[in-house]
Amino acid sequence: MSLVRMSAAIEPAAQPKQKTGKSVLARWSGPALGLILPLGLAVGWELAVRAGLSNGRLVPPPSVIYATFAELAKTGELQRHAAATLARVVAGFGIGVVVGTLLGAITGYSMLVRRFIDPSLQALRAIPSIAWVPLFILWLGIFEASKVTLIAVGVFFPVYLGVMGAVMSVDRKIVEVGRAFRLSGAKMVRRILLPAVLPAYVIALRSGLGLGWMFVVAAEFMGASEGLGFLLVDGQQLGKPAQIVAAIVAFAVIGKITDWLIVGITAPFLRWEDRFKSPAAEG
Amino acid sequence: MLTLEGVGKTYANGVHALDAVNLSVGPGEIVAIVGGSGCGKSTLLRAISGLDTPSQGRVLLDGEKVTKPHEKIGIIFQEPRLLPWLTVAGNVGFGLEDRPKAERDARVAEALTRVGLSEKANMWPRELSGGQAQRVAIARALVPRPEVLLLDEPFSALDAFTRVDLQDHLLGLWADTRPILILVTHDVDEAVVLADRIMVMRPRPGRIFDEIAADLPRPRERQSSAFDRVRRHVMAALDRSLKPVAPSDANEAAAFWW
Repeated sequence: MSLVRMSAAIEPAAQPKQKTGKSVLARWSGPALGLILPLGLAVGWELAVRAGLSNGRLVPPPSVIYATFAELAKTGELQRHAAATLARVVAGFGIGVVVGTLLGAITGYSMLVRRFIDPSLQALRAIPSIAWVPLFILWLGIFEASKVTLIAVGVFFPVYLGVMGAVMSVDRKIVEVGRAFRLSGAKMVRRILLPAVLPAYVIALRSGLGLGWMFVVAAEFMGASEGLGFLLVDGQQLGKPAQIVAAIVAFAVIGKITDWLIVGITAPFLRWEDRFKSPAAEG
Repeated sequence: MLTLEGVGKTYANGVHALDAVNLSVGPGEIVAIVGGSGCGKSTLLRAISGLDTPSQGRVLLDGEKVTKPHEKIGIIFQEPRLLPWLTVAGNVGFGLEDRPKAERDARVAEALTRVGLSEKANMWPRELSGGQAQRVAIARALVPRPEVLLLDEPFSALDAFTRVDLQDHLLGLWADTRPILILVTHDVDEAVVLADRIMVMRPRPGRIFDEIAADLPRPRERQSSAFDRVRRHVMAALDRSLKPVAPSDANEAAAFWW
């Protein structure tokens, strides 16, 4: 009895202390670990160029890249190109996600539809998507429509596959719980199927978005007057490596932010997940 | 009143899982179904629940034919089968979606208190132990106040202590509203502790082989000699049910083919 009371008295007191002691260091040591390598390389290269070990003409040092970045941002060029690229990705991603989700859900749900259209879609998936470019240009012209279509095709396949796989692998036992509570149709979808496929759906969206960013570059290579991809081509043709790297950095930053948006928006709906956490990440 | 009239099941692959089961269960009665594996216990329970439809015969609840899951019939599976995206309280209230929120909350809170998990209401299922999760499943099945509660080997995945604890717990909950309980189990002790009537089934095809009345006073003392007598009775019936079919049985005609 006294032992129980003792441990009960100790625990609440001990816990907060442990938490505050850990939080400052623990919260930042994880992300900081990942920064060591890129920062180290950047600083190392900067010092190497400053020390005259390299002229840094083909591989510009961080300071030059930053200057180019600042220059592009000051003139509003960077914003204009980034906005154009982002608009294409958003449009293509939106179309790809809607079509991929619908077809994935239907083929996952119905064996008949799956047998009917999945083989064709799998065959189309086997085509390297860049191979579509000439055809899309012939069909849709050289302006936005062909670019957005190419991105949508890139986004479609991972979303389609992810949704179909997720719907097909919903646990029969969980669906049976829904049936036992007399759910059917829309209620079954809303209360059982949607929450069950959500974790896999988020992953499908993220890989779709990744491909969307990949394909926007391909789309902009095929002839664009604005966009981050245009900056890349322009930098190559005019021999401005700093501009190329600046555009690459812009891609990385915007791509990462859009990925964070998906993760951040869906995170509240996925708190229930019983996920693997490595011991170091816990607490 | 739950009535089974010649309920049989032949699966699409030709397996004759269940052959013409007749059974009548009165209000508040607890019936245990025991038998070796593959004797059609679960098939029978699924036919009663409406999750599967029988190929022959029919299931009647108060004279009404059951062809699909019925609001007066609840089921508890071998695994808790909680929905991982709902909290404990959300799972318990799963069958009350169409009720006003205030009523739902009150009934969920009451049920959670009744199974002793009210302080876990806002936890996720992943944070529960196996026994706790099965208690939540019991609460979820009881909250809509079913007239018939079906249990498919509900405690077989739990350790012996938790199992005994939950058996007593189930009886306590049953006493509140006294629904019909139909319990499939392969644990003879469990059948004798809980049931008023024990149906022993025989496999290939599944059918009722023997019926044993367990008319012991409640609460039942697991160590009493009366308990042991019923248990031995059930064991003997189970033993006989698993023996090869004697010539005097259904194969009589076949034996005289020449």
